[in-house]
Amino acid sequence: MVEFTLPANSKVRAGKTFKAPAGAKRVKAFKIYRWDPDAGANPRLDTYEVDLDACGPMVLDALIKIKNEVDTTLTFRRSCREGVCGSCAMNIAGTNTLACLKYIDEVKGDVRIYPLPHLPVVKDLVPDLTHVYAQYQSIKPWLQAETPAPDRERVQSVDERARLDGLWECILCFCCSTSCPSYWWNGDRYLGPAILLQAYRWLADSRDEKTGERLDALEDPFRLYRCHTIMNCTKTCPKGLNPAKAIAEIKKMLVARR
Amino acid sequence: MTPAERPLSPFQLGTIYKLQLTSMLSLNHRATGIFLSVGSPFLVWWLVAAATGDHAFAAARWFFGSWLGLLMLLGWTFSFFYHLCNGIRHLVWDAGYGFELRTAYASGWTVVAASGALTVIAYAAGLLVRG
Repeated sequence: MVEFTLPANSKVRAGKTFKAPAGAKRVKAFKIYRWDPDAGANPRLDTYEVDLDACGPMVLDALIKIKNEVDTTLTFRRSCREGVCGSCAMNIAGTNTLACLKYIDEVKGDVRIYPLPHLPVVKDLVPDLTHVYAQYQSIKPWLQAETPAPDRERVQSVDERARLDGLWECILCFCCSTSCPSYWWNGDRYLGPAILLQAYRWLADSRDEKTGERLDALEDPFRLYRCHTIMNCTKTCPKGLNPAKAIAEIKKMLVARR
Repeated sequence: MTPAERPLSPFQLGTIYKLQLTSMLSLNHRATGIFLSVGSPFLVWWLVAAATGDHAFAAARWFFGSWLGLLMLLGWTFSFFYHLCNGIRHLVWDAGYGFELRTAYASGWTVVAASGALTVIAYAAGLLVRG
């Protein structure tokens, strides 16, 4: 259902401020969402002043610096620090992106950092992705074929392989799904852009033989058709992919098979 | 700790998630659609009043000539053209075209400009016909 406000236990209160060290010349304030499951209190927004002269260029560099030098309790996911793992997806300065790919200099004024929107929070910037992963599993994201496995790999033409470009690059960071108002409001039943792009990745695969069954599973007012082509997904994808177009291709396939 | 006790991460459009052309035009498509639905009974009223007689029609005329009536007419005119133009944009999307971000932004701004221009043209034509 459409909702515009947070539940009472989720409202964000003012938090603590950690001042920059004396003598710092280029100071940037990072306002970061904090929630401690053991404290039994509402989430809060803490402010960390960081000396940019002593910090790497990316938002992730600042987060790691804060955790190492200022506040070890700050909790976030990160791994590859180069945009291939998708762990450090979060809401930075009003849009979802990967902290490791976001330059601090791109943000005017204070850097506001929240977890990916409209998800249950495990701690600080770590959202609970259980439901999204379950939705991923529901589309059977693996090759399904009836024909017996050949002695060698299943061959594709160059053109058939090219149809997977723009789809296989998705790293499942869920920046797109959590940027989508439709997913915020109907995420319990709507699969969301990330999962639908993955669904199309298997529909577009010339080696997969379950196209009909896959389309049957998607033909649903909620699972697929809660997409209203808002395009927030494509706008926010840190990998430059186009989930909105992938969803449109699924809708076209459903019309074409009638 | 059960997941039910976990807070919901902030998401509100505008304060937490930036308002962008993408979401604004979508939101506006809904809003204009709703406003047009609200307008249809008024249109019916105007037509029924015209069929009923002088007295009823004078009342309708009085309402649509009042500042509130004129404001609503302006809103309906813009809503009509916006919903029409953006509807065509959606039609093109449904055919599978125009999904590149640059194209989507160009078509979005075109819809805004076109619906504004068509509203102005409609009023200019109306005033011209009235003489």
